[in-house]
Amino acid sequence: MADSTLPIDASLDLTPPREREGRLLETLHSWVITIDHKKLGLMYMMMAIFFLLVGGAEVICIRIQLALPNNHFLSPQVFNRFFTMHGTTMVFLVGIPLVFAFTNYVVPLQIGARDMAFPRLNAFSFWMTFFGGMLLYYSFIGGGGLYGMGNAPDVTWWAYAPLTARAFSPGHATDYWALALIVTGIGTLGGAINTVATVICMRCKGMTLMNMPLLSWLMLVDSGLLLVVITPLTAAQVMLVIDRYLGGHFFDTQAGGSALIWMHFFWIFGHPEVYVLVFPAFAIASEVIPVFSRKAIFGYPAMVAASVGIAFVSLGVWAHHMFTVGMTSAGNAFFVLSTMLVGIPTGIKIFNWLATMWGGKIRFQIPMLFCTAFLFQFLCAGLTGIMLSVAPWNWQLHNSYFVIAHFHYILVGAIVFNTFAGIYYWFPKATGRMMNETLGKWHFWLFFIGFHMTFDIMHYVGFLGMPRWIYTYQADRGWNHLNLFISIGGIVQAIAVLIFAYNLIWSLLRGKIAGNDPWDAWTLEWSTSSPPPDYNFATEPVVYSRRPLWDLKHPEDPDWKYE
Amino acid sequence: MSAIPVVPSGHVEEWHLPSRGRIGMYCLIIGESAIFTIFVVAYIFYIGKSLYGPTPQQVLEVPIINSIALLSSSVTIWLAERNLEHKKMKPFAFWWAITIFLGAYFLVGTGLEWHKLIYKDGLTISTNLFGTTFYSLVGLHATHVVVGLSMLLLVLIFTLTGQVREEHAHRIEVLALYWHFVDAIWIVVFTVVYIVGR
Repeated sequence: MADSTLPIDASLDLTPPREREGRLLETLHSWVITIDHKKLGLMYMMMAIFFLLVGGAEVICIRIQLALPNNHFLSPQVFNRFFTMHGTTMVFLVGIPLVFAFTNYVVPLQIGARDMAFPRLNAFSFWMTFFGGMLLYYSFIGGGGLYGMGNAPDVTWWAYAPLTARAFSPGHATDYWALALIVTGIGTLGGAINTVATVICMRCKGMTLMNMPLLSWLMLVDSGLLLVVITPLTAAQVMLVIDRYLGGHFFDTQAGGSALIWMHFFWIFGHPEVYVLVFPAFAIASEVIPVFSRKAIFGYPAMVAASVGIAFVSLGVWAHHMFTVGMTSAGNAFFVLSTMLVGIPTGIKIFNWLATMWGGKIRFQIPMLFCTAFLFQFLCAGLTGIMLSVAPWNWQLHNSYFVIAHFHYILVGAIVFNTFAGIYYWFPKATGRMMNETLGKWHFWLFFIGFHMTFDIMHYVGFLGMPRWIYTYQADRGWNHLNLFISIGGIVQAIAVLIFAYNLIWSLLRGKIAGNDPWDAWTLEWSTSSPPPDYNFATEPVVYSRRPLWDLKHPEDPDWKYE
Repeated sequence: MSAIPVVPSGHVEEWHLPSRGRIGMYCLIIGESAIFTIFVVAYIFYIGKSLYGPTPQQVLEVPIINSIALLSSSVTIWLAERNLEHKKMKPFAFWWAITIFLGAYFLVGTGLEWHKLIYKDGLTISTNLFGTTFYSLVGLHATHVVVGLSMLLLVLIFTLTGQVREEHAHRIEVLALYWHFVDAIWIVVFTVVYIVGR
C-alpha cells in the first residue's frame, strides 16, 4: 500500500496548484524574503550541503598532502589553515545548519502546526548563520589575499590559548574565527529558542508530549541543550576578543591568568556540542527504522528518557578532552566515570533500534541502507569512545589519529550517513519526486566502502603513533602505505558524494512523482501533499496516538487501543 | 475496511498550551544565564589572583543606592503591569516611566563608579586580572540593562502616543520578564563582585 489515499476529509488541499509565475527574479526574491519554515529548512539544507562540499574539498587537499611522506602539495601554513577551516566549517556551517534544516522542515509538519513559533526570528537566525559562514570564508581573501590563503584561521577549530593571543597570532586569522562564530552563534541561539517554543506551544490537539514523533522530541531536547551550550562559546570568544584588542588578561599567564581556562570554557561548549550534532542522526534513525521495518519504535518512553539523559550527562564530561593537561587524579577519575556513564542511555537507544528491526518486515530501500550502516558504525564509534574515556589509554592516544578516527566515525559514520538517509526519506515530501534508486545504491556502497577504507585504517595509524595536525611525516615511520590507503578512501567518498549531488539535481528534474505518502509512513507530515501547501494543513489535525496515519489507514486496529 | 475513522471515547477536550512569548523569553533567559555563568566563573576563579595593580578591597565601594534603585524598578514594573491589566493607562504610564528612571539612575551610577575607578584609581580592563574580569562582568550586565531600557523606552513612547492598550498586557508581561531577569542577574553579580570578591 505504497500510496494510500486517506479518509481525511478536510485536511488535504484538493485545489489544483497555482500556475508558477515563472519569472526567475520573483522566485529568487520569494526565497530571500521568506519566513516559511519549509523554505527556510530547505535553505539551511542547501547551505549545509554546499559547505559539506567545501569542507570536503579542504580535506581532499589535506589527504593529498598526507598521502605521501615529505609531500609538498600544501605548505605548512596553508595546511594549518585548511584543517582549521575543515573542522570549523563541518561543525558550524554543516552540523548546526543540519540540525535546523531537519527541525525547520519536519517539526511543524509533524506536530500539525502552521509554522514555527517565531517565523521572522527563524528567517533572522538563518541569515545570521549564513552571513557568519560568509564572514568566515571571506578570511581566505581578506587581508593577505589568495596567495598564502589570506587570513583564514589557522589555530585549529579549538583555538587554544595562548596560541590565539595577539603575540602569537598577529594578523586577523583568529579574529575571523571568533567574530564569524559569534555571528553564527546568534543565529543558533535564535533557532534554538524557536524550536523549544514551537514544540512546547504549537502542537495540534491530542498531541501530548508522549504522543509526539521521536524526531520532534529529539529536536526539542537538542535545542534545549543548545540554549545552555552555544552561549558559553560566545562568552569565551568575547573574552578572547577582549584579550586581543582591549588588553584583557583572561588567558594571559604573565598577568596571572590561565590558558587552561580557555580549554575548560571551550570544552564545556565543545563536548555537548557534539551531542547536539548527533541528535538529528538519532532523530532520523527513530523515524526511518520503524517505517522500513514495518514496526512501531520499540520502547518509546525509554527512548525519550534516554535522550534527555544523554543531554544531561553530556554536560558533565567535558574534561575528557583534557586528560593530558595534568588535572588531579580525582578530577581525571570523575571525568572517566561520567564519560562512561553516557554510554548507558546511548546503549539503550541502540538496543531499541535493533529491537525495532527484530521481527519486522525490513525493506532495504536507500534510507534504510544508510540507517543500518549507521547502527553498526555508531556502535563502533561509541566503543572507541569508551576506550578513549579510560584516562591512561587516553594519555597514549590523545592527539593521535586514533582520536580523529573515533570522532569521524561519529561525524561521518553516524551523522553524515543518517543525513543522507533523512534526505532520501524526506526529499519526496519536499519536492514531490522520488530520488533515483540506482544512483542512490551507487552512492551508498561507494560511500560505505570509502568510509571504511579511510577510517578503519585510521585507527591503526593512530595506534602506530601518528599525531594530529602534522603537515607531513618522514618516510621511515611506517605510516606510508596506510596514509596512501586512507587518502584513496577519501577520494572514493568524494566520488560517492558527487554522485549524490548529481542524484539530487537529476531527481529534482526527472524523478518519479512521489505522491503524498510514498513510504507508507505514519506521522502527520505524510498526510499533506508533496510538496505541502504553504499553510501545511487545511484544518488543524486531531491525533489520538503516536501514529496518527496508522490509525487513519487501519481504523479497525488503531494504535490508541494499545497505548 | 471501514473508511470512517473511529475516535476513542473520552478524547481530548481541554487543549491548553503555554504561550509562545513566555516560553521564548524563558529560553532566552536560560541562554543568557549560561553566558553570565561563564563570566561569573571566570571572575570567581580569578579572585585574589591578580599579580599587581589595585585590588577590590582598595577601590570598590558597595553600590547600595544603585542596587536599591535597580531592584525597586522590578517592583515598579510589576505595579505598572497590574495597572495595565486593569485598563488604568495613566497609572501604567506613570509606573513604567518610574521604572525607566530607576534603570537610568542605575546606569548613571555605574558610569560614575567606573569614572572614579578609571581616573582616580587607575583601574582599566587591561590593568590586571581584577580589572579584566570586573569590567567584563559588570559591563555585560550593564549592556543588558541598556538593551532592556531601550525596549522599555520604546514601550513608553508607544504608550504616550496612545498605541498601547489593555490587550497588549501579555506582551508587556513578556518584556517585564526580561527586566526581572536583568535584576536577578544583578543580585548575583553584586554578591560575587562586592561581597564575595572583596
